[in-house]
Amino acid sequence: MSRGTVGLVLVSHSGPLAAETAALAAGICGSDVPLEAAGGTGDGGLGTSADLVEAAIGRADRGGGVVLIPDLGSSVLTARLFEGPGVVVADVPFVEGAIAAAVAAGAGGSLEAVLAAAEEARAFRKL
Amino acid sequence: MGTPMDAEFFTAWIGEAARAVRAEKDRLTRLDTAIGDGDHGVNLDRGLTAAAAALAERRPAAPGAVLALAGSTLIRKVGGASGPLYGTALREAGRALGEGAEVSPAELARALEAAVDGVRGLGAAAEGDKTMVDALAPAAGALARAVREGRDLAAALEAAASAAESGAEATVPMEARKGRASYLGPRSVGHEDPGAASGALLLRALHTVAVR
Repeated sequence: MSRGTVGLVLVSHSGPLAAETAALAAGICGSDVPLEAAGGTGDGGLGTSADLVEAAIGRADRGGGVVLIPDLGSSVLTARLFEGPGVVVADVPFVEGAIAAAVAAGAGGSLEAVLAAAEEARAFRKL
Repeated sequence: MGTPMDAEFFTAWIGEAARAVRAEKDRLTRLDTAIGDGDHGVNLDRGLTAAAAALAERRPAAPGAVLALAGSTLIRKVGGASGPLYGTALREAGRALGEGAEVSPAELARALEAAVDGVRGLGAAAEGDKTMVDALAPAAGALARAVREGRDLAAALEAAASAAESGAEATVPMEARKGRASYLGPRSVGHEDPGAASGALLLRALHTVAVR
């Protein structure tokens, strides 16, 4: 696989939740990582839009692959429809996984490394 | 053997499925309000109506292409979990049918099995998890068995629809292990799963179109 920066797509039932999580991750890791939000339905309601996810993948793809981070339910199912060469779905907590993945992508990690960093977030203890 | 299972047949099925879901929309919504987020009837109605409209406009010439277009439309239009799930089911069935102009009962049985496999794979659900798989998997089994026994299409699809309806009813005492209802744990017991209920409607619609 060619080595552009790995892109991230945050897939949520809620447009504002996806956008704010992307903003939070960008704020923590710096803005060089392609971080795209695909939240809510096309008309701004709660739900998941395959069209929004597809467009976000297109914007996030810089040649290094794309990690999709869904929140739950139909976000997971919709994200999985796009699994394929260069596109993976991370089974991780939404916020913690997004930040861990963004830091790893910003550090120049490969698709596998970014996915692994995101998955480590699943075991983070807060207390 | 009456009805040829061609593109027109499968287009009519999607139309009948849209009609049946619209007629039962309030019941699906009631079921989903009890253990889900209450949008199943509305979402599936919107998706199937859009699928029927897309088929009327594009008029795919082969059964496989009809199901592929219907599935892709559901994925794009639904917005809830039923979109990716039923969309994948239809696309996998369409892929299994290939490009032939007419489908045999044995091919239909294989396509339904492919559809169920697609749903199982995407949702990571097994029978007994209180999902649409509890309606679709028994239907696929019943259809395959009926075809093996050489029963005619109407009888085979009656067996499939009845198995789906029994499967949906059998979700009432189950505790949900997938989807939003799984957050309710034991409190999901005593309600029919809305996805299984809609799955039974889709199988019944297939029988309705076959005996028309």
